[in-house]
Amino acid sequence: MCLAIPALVKSVTGQEAEVEVGGVGRRISIALTPEVKVGDYVLLHTGYSINVIDAGEAEETLKLLRELAEESA
Amino acid sequence: MRYVDEYRDPELGKRLVDRIHKLSTRPARIMEFCGGHTVTIFKHGIRQLLPPTVEMLSGPGCPVCVTANAELDKAIALAKEPGVILATFGDMLKVPGSRSSLQQAKAEGGDIRVVYSTRDALAMARDNPDKRVVFLGIGFETTAPTVAASVLQAEAEAIHNYFVLPLHKLCPPVIKALLDSGEVRLDGLICPGHVSAVIGSRPWGFIPTGYGIGCVVSGFEPLDILLSVEMLVAQVERGEPKVEIAYRRGVKPEGNPQALRLMATVFEESQATWRGIGTVPQSGLKLREKYRSFDAEAQFQIDPGPTLEPAGCLCGDILRAVKTPLDCKLFRRVCTPEHPVGPCMVSSEGSCAAYYQYGADHE
Ligand code: SF4
Repeated sequence: MCLAIPALVKSVTGQEAEVEVGGVGRRISIALTPEVKVGDYVLLHTGYSINVIDAGEAEETLKLLRELAEESA
Repeated sequence: MRYVDEYRDPELGKRLVDRIHKLSTRPARIMEFCGGHTVTIFKHGIRQLLPPTVEMLSGPGCPVCVTANAELDKAIALAKEPGVILATFGDMLKVPGSRSSLQQAKAEGGDIRVVYSTRDALAMARDNPDKRVVFLGIGFETTAPTVAASVLQAEAEAIHNYFVLPLHKLCPPVIKALLDSGEVRLDGLICPGHVSAVIGSRPWGFIPTGYGIGCVVSGFEPLDILLSVEMLVAQVERGEPKVEIAYRRGVKPEGNPQALRLMATVFEESQATWRGIGTVPQSGLKLREKYRSFDAEAQFQIDPGPTLEPAGCLCGDILRAVKTPLDCKLFRRVCTPEHPVGPCMVSSEGSCAAYYQYGADHE
């Protein structure tokens, strides 16, 4: 029910955006994330973007995961 | 898919599991609150991969499951009102209420329509000016801002035939109620990722400070869960419970300020009744006085009749993590996803559905 999936923002018009999810285009509301820009990924939940995905933090988490894996090898 | 596939790498997963095995010496009872996490854990068999010191329990974080029968009966009664279109997320259709379900009410002629978004419900109101469209507002803090946004848009466009039946529930107060009850003993909590995308990680601070239990906010891929378990086990080993975020790409400590603002504009906190848990103060949302004209509760006279609970169903105990689906005599024999007796079997995120789908031998 709280499912949210990453969606790539292709264009922004006012409170709405065109996004792409797994190759399929959709029109969503960005009323909850007015700061979104073209090229951002957002978390899409029931037709609304509920947050912008932080690309830098995503990279950091992957780095941490690899380090933890290394240490246990 | 970007931001999904990277967090499913089986090789990294195996190494993380090894690490958890090496790290864990003390018993760690960990609850995942959110039904979405339960699905990931069962789908990937994560319970069986963990060392015997780590025990996983499923919590009440399934909005469909915790909707009380009295609330559902209200929605069903509303759907029978003349000139009403009841718009609902699909998950709610098959949930049995006291005497009927939305699906049954639909078969009997109720105008019940499944929507993916409040945007669709609002469009329905625009397209059907002679009807009254009622959106069945269920969901946690993840969903409530989207409903708030729809009410504000209806106000801006002067759409007067759009209503919300506000049944939203808030997660921190119910976790507090569970911990206060003393029924379950926990060493760690995996906090809901998309609820936290909205509210942030700060509202969980009372769990380590008040109860000495560590919390990690997790994403929904298997590596997210394993990282969260690793962090919680490390906290248990060090004896230092705190709030950490394993899902940093989606969650900030302060949450999403705009979503919180819209939610606070439209809604105020109120007490709410949770299936199996009962009435919890400040754990629900109702529409503020200013938005009363959009409030189905205020605008319709609804009498759903007395509430009945399904005989033999243990959903309530399962939601409080004091029983598992295997304790239910009806599980698999009488109660199946095709013929669900209780909501924990209807919702794909319910514990009974997870046990059914991914094997009953998970304990
Ligand atoms: S198996 Fe069915 S009857 Fe038993 S607790 Fe689960 S939903 Fe209720």
